Amino acid sequence: MLNGFLLVASIGVGVSVPVIAKAIGDPALIPLATRIVIAAIAAASLNLLVGFGGLVSLGHAAFFGLGGYTVAISYSNAISGERFWGFLPGTQQLLVTAPLAMLVGGSAAAVIGAMAMRTRGVQFIMITLAFAQMIFFIVLSLKAYGGEDGLSIRQRNNLGSFSLSDDTIMYFVSLSIMIACFAAMGRLKNSHFGRVLDGIRQNERRMIALGVETFSYKVAAFTIAGMGAGLSGALFANLMRFVSPDMLHWTKSGELLIMVILGGVGNLFGPLAGAIVFICLETLFSSLTEYWQPLVGAVILFIVLMPGNGLVGLVGGRGRGA
Amino acid sequence: MILFLEQTLNGLQFGLTLFLPAAGLTLVFGIMGIINLAHGSLYMVGAMAGALAATRWGSFLVGTGIALVASAIIGVIIEAAILRRLYDRAHLSQVGATFALILIIDGLATVIVGRQPLFVGVPQALNTAITLVPGLSYPAYRLLVIGVGVLVALGLYLIVGYTRVGMLIRAGATDREMVRALGIDIRLIYTIVFALGALLAGLAGMMASPILAVQVGMGEHILIVTFVVVVIGGMGSIRGAFVGAMLVGLVDTLTHAYAPTMLKRFMAASDADALGAGFSSIAIYLLMALVLIVKPQGLVAAPGFQS
Repeated sequence: MLNGFLLVASIGVGVSVPVIAKAIGDPALIPLATRIVIAAIAAASLNLLVGFGGLVSLGHAAFFGLGGYTVAISYSNAISGERFWGFLPGTQQLLVTAPLAMLVGGSAAAVIGAMAMRTRGVQFIMITLAFAQMIFFIVLSLKAYGGEDGLSIRQRNNLGSFSLSDDTIMYFVSLSIMIACFAAMGRLKNSHFGRVLDGIRQNERRMIALGVETFSYKVAAFTIAGMGAGLSGALFANLMRFVSPDMLHWTKSGELLIMVILGGVGNLFGPLAGAIVFICLETLFSSLTEYWQPLVGAVILFIVLMPGNGLVGLVGGRGRGA
Repeated sequence: MILFLEQTLNGLQFGLTLFLPAAGLTLVFGIMGIINLAHGSLYMVGAMAGALAATRWGSFLVGTGIALVASAIIGVIIEAAILRRLYDRAHLSQVGATFALILIIDGLATVIVGRQPLFVGVPQALNTAITLVPGLSYPAYRLLVIGVGVLVALGLYLIVGYTRVGMLIRAGATDREMVRALGIDIRLIYTIVFALGALLAGLAGMMASPILAVQVGMGEHILIVTFVVVVIGGMGSIRGAFVGAMLVGLVDTLTHAYAPTMLKRFMAASDADALGAGFSSIAIYLLMALVLIVKPQGLVAAPGFQS
């Protein structure tokens, strides 16, 4: 009921963003809203792990970055005519690059997940962070694709025959994908798979005793989350028309986790709320002072230390304790 | 052969620098069950406070003293003001809060110290090279780092193994509730352990300051490598931290030294350099993956440790 209401309300606000931007004469609002929407997709995919499955991953930015690099490398090959690994031609078609980014993010997540799921708790946090750092270094050493300097994308992808170069189109495409992602997450949460994940979060040993092969469920969740992050990264690369190893930096993973915490762990729409709050705070403070980081840190610290479960939990009162 | 010896010494020195923060991190986790992302920030605090003091008073020794005091004080403040509220919370809250702490500490460091790296000279008396074997002369300062690392390892071994505080620390790691039930003030032990961990991190930062650039961000780099060390060695075990630190130090140093040369036998020099650099920067993570596949609990699993 509450979720349904929130869904309608957020779609309403979301659709009217370009109108509001025009009304107040601030076109920068549209890219800002697009950033929020894209971050919400990545945070929602992380929420699948953290919120539904209780698996705290601190390496999610790796898959986000891989998605971005998929778009950038496809673009650079489409322009130069080179083929990736000698056979994959480049493309500027979002209908190809977005699924490809999901494939790349998902495959990397499947491999890393299969190793990281051998551990749990604090070790799992450290391992996901360390593997993400490994991918960061690999990308950093890709001299052919910019290395430390990153890679620009001169022109955004096309979606069918539409070009994403128009900010409003870029926004609506991202918004639609975000809505689709949240719908999928909602379905997933109430499915058999979602219930098993919830069981693992509550008491994994009991699930094993019930005869559930928890390992494969966890790896599957990690893979789906990697796909979501890859998709989000592909959109982000299009929005910024630039990718760099910064996308994979571990602080990005931390920021995604913070968005999930802010929004309320396990809440379906929490990641969206978290993304809105985090990015707005960041934008607000960085416009006020060069030293915005400690201010954002202080706000986060305050919210985390508060009893209760993030902001949505505070408002709706239905969240579960972190 | 001489080069190999020299690189091995470098590896040992790097490993011992890693051991100091790793021992703190693993202790804090073992006893308090807390994951502290801001551990690297304590390393940075030590390095910065020490560097500023060493420049101000012109003495490396004074700098080291200030580094230890500063990191321990900040550690105690963090423990008392923030971490104490998080002992009973989920790991996620701990990650969130300590991540926020990094933003705060790094930000404040930028405000106070600025973005320019600080440089600390090697202390005058140690600014020489010592001939270890004919043909191999090694910087005295790096030998000192090795010596300090070994001393700290030995000291920790004795404190944890043979003193009353050490006994309480071991008991706390095995069963926190039982220690509390026996009437021990576990909070005091927590504070002591955290201050000790902070002190070790600060010491490591100070020891590294003449070798590395002292700047914001140095803590995060060491933090992630420290995680690798702790995962390889086994959570909560000091001996594991030592083994892990040595392995990581040696593997990292030796691959950086030899991977490009080895690869040059198979491919063009420029490709070999690029690939070699790439491979050596991920070598320790590959090592971690390997250990995970063979022994998911780490090489030296702590007794009574449950994740």
